[in-house]
Amino acid sequence: MAEQEIMIGPRGPKPRKTFSRRNIFLYGTLAFIAVYYAIPLYVMTVTSLKGMPEIRLGNIFSPPLEVTFAPWVKAWSQACTGLTCEGLSRGFWNSVQITVPSVIASIIVASINGYALANWRFKGANVFFTILIFGAFIPYQVMLYPLVIMLREIGIYGSLGGLVIVHTIFGMPILTLLFRNYFTSLPEELFKAARVDGAGFWGIYFRIMVPMSLPIFTVAVILQVTGIWNDFLFGIVYTGPENYPMTVQLNNIVNSTQGVQEYNVNMAATIITGLVPLTIYFISGKLFVRGIAAGAVKG
Amino acid sequence: MHSVEIKKLDLNFGSVSVLHNLDLNVHKGEFLVLLGSSGCGKSTLLNCIAGLLDITDGQILINGTNVTWAEPSERGIGMVFQSYALYPQMSVEGNLSFGLKNTKMPKEEIKARVARAAEILQIEPLLSRKPAALSGGQRQRVAIGRALVRDVDVFLFDEPLSNLDAKLRADLRVEIKRLHQQLGNTMIYVTHDQIEAMTLADRIAVMRNGKIMQLASPNEIYNRPRNKYVANFIGSPSMNFLDGQIQDNHFIFEDVKLPLDRYEFSEQPANNCAATIGIRPEHVIVGDLSAKAPYHTQVTVDLVEPMGSDTIVDCTVSGAYFRFRMDGQARVKPGDLVSIGFDPKQASLFDPASELRL
Repeated sequence: MAEQEIMIGPRGPKPRKTFSRRNIFLYGTLAFIAVYYAIPLYVMTVTSLKGMPEIRLGNIFSPPLEVTFAPWVKAWSQACTGLTCEGLSRGFWNSVQITVPSVIASIIVASINGYALANWRFKGANVFFTILIFGAFIPYQVMLYPLVIMLREIGIYGSLGGLVIVHTIFGMPILTLLFRNYFTSLPEELFKAARVDGAGFWGIYFRIMVPMSLPIFTVAVILQVTGIWNDFLFGIVYTGPENYPMTVQLNNIVNSTQGVQEYNVNMAATIITGLVPLTIYFISGKLFVRGIAAGAVKG
Repeated sequence: MHSVEIKKLDLNFGSVSVLHNLDLNVHKGEFLVLLGSSGCGKSTLLNCIAGLLDITDGQILINGTNVTWAEPSERGIGMVFQSYALYPQMSVEGNLSFGLKNTKMPKEEIKARVARAAEILQIEPLLSRKPAALSGGQRQRVAIGRALVRDVDVFLFDEPLSNLDAKLRADLRVEIKRLHQQLGNTMIYVTHDQIEAMTLADRIAVMRNGKIMQLASPNEIYNRPRNKYVANFIGSPSMNFLDGQIQDNHFIFEDVKLPLDRYEFSEQPANNCAATIGIRPEHVIVGDLSAKAPYHTQVTVDLVEPMGSDTIVDCTVSGAYFRFRMDGQARVKPGDLVSIGFDPKQASLFDPASELRL
């Protein structure tokens, strides 16, 4: 018999109902949560595009009748942050000058720490690692005042450089742990093969480990940029008014007790301040490629 | 001069002794296989030779030079790993040349060596590909090539074929053997697969619990295992063991009486001493021919395992479980009566206490 006859009855893939209870529940929950998170952003955006008279009408959900970018301009370049009235622009550049070196320095040091801890068994490695882990659990507040004294003694208290050092140190425990765990998860035989091939400590780090570690570097960049950019406490403690990062200035704008509360300017300033971490998320999402080690070991 | 000499090697991990007082000499150009079940220390020993593990005591010499404290790259060894360990971000060519670039070799020389290795291993069309775009067999070839380009004296293989499927494994096994004949390098090869060991090795070192149980040619290991462990480990299906005693130059087990006049004792045992006899299933003579064997009997078939080329039959001999090999086309079924016989000359006798060969 050439062809087998197919029996009457179910055949092929099982049909799925679009409006099953499961789907309604799943998509309903997702939609609810999405709206819940989107509403504040919507309110902020529309408010920042309204003029003050329109805001006084009190309807925070209505779209702007007359779109104006004046609050954005004011937030960026004219709003008063304490004594000066230069807007957020100065704080923005301060924050850039704090974040960029802190992120780079902390990631470089932590990745080398993690690599050494993961691959090179050196004397005292366990003690070193325990101290680092312990460091991750110590509350920041405990360190605040001692660090003030230490920075003052070496003469960099109040400068951007001092804050960069503080951020680098505080990022160390968690980043080292992150990198150590990632490098431990890479196949050990790759490290052995590189040693047989005559590569040394730095050769293996730069030419074998780093190229395979894009995912974890991306994670570290996200963590550090968001953490350092959003930092308020260290910024206000370790810098002076000249060097305040953006977050501190934002607080000064929003919390100012003099004059009328300009909600539109406040909203614009807040969005501007949040733009950097937001951008990092959007860009790095694409870079976040998993399985970069595919093909290294058995397939 | 030996190619690799290991003298009184000790290796401890903390308080755990992994290798203890181990001596091993590998001849120049020899293919030595370290064989054992997992956890016996065979890969650990290979890592010690490669210099990837610091040893606790003892010495390692390669080509007469003491390399105990030398870096892996300074020992004149190349290593092939089970997981291939190719650098994923580099092309095949990059993988092959990585070790040479580390030695600051001139570019033309590197190119020539990579080309030669690619030719030997027939991977020339793959040179520009990334490891992810290669099949398992191709990856393992590149991994071998990485050792090949460095022009080393000693090749170390750490279970290189274990991740491949059976067909490919058989093919690559032949290629490795051919490569050894072509290059004539010393090769030390770790495996748990006795077929790989038997087919590839000039000599096999059977390891157990960090000790070498027997170091001999495959033939010797198969025919004259030095102890019961080796006898049991080598051969598939494994050897039959019967516990009895030796009386008046006969092995006695229940009503089985085997004349031992043709057995080559290492040293003549005392009369009436206990002994274990080991008989390989493939050494059992089946059918009419068995009548001519020094010992023959009739057994009832319990279970039949047809394997195409062979048929393995389970039965009992005087109450003891016993297996023997028949022709692949043999038509037997449970309950049949079969005549079997064997020649004690091919058997192995062991002291049940020390498990050593008698």
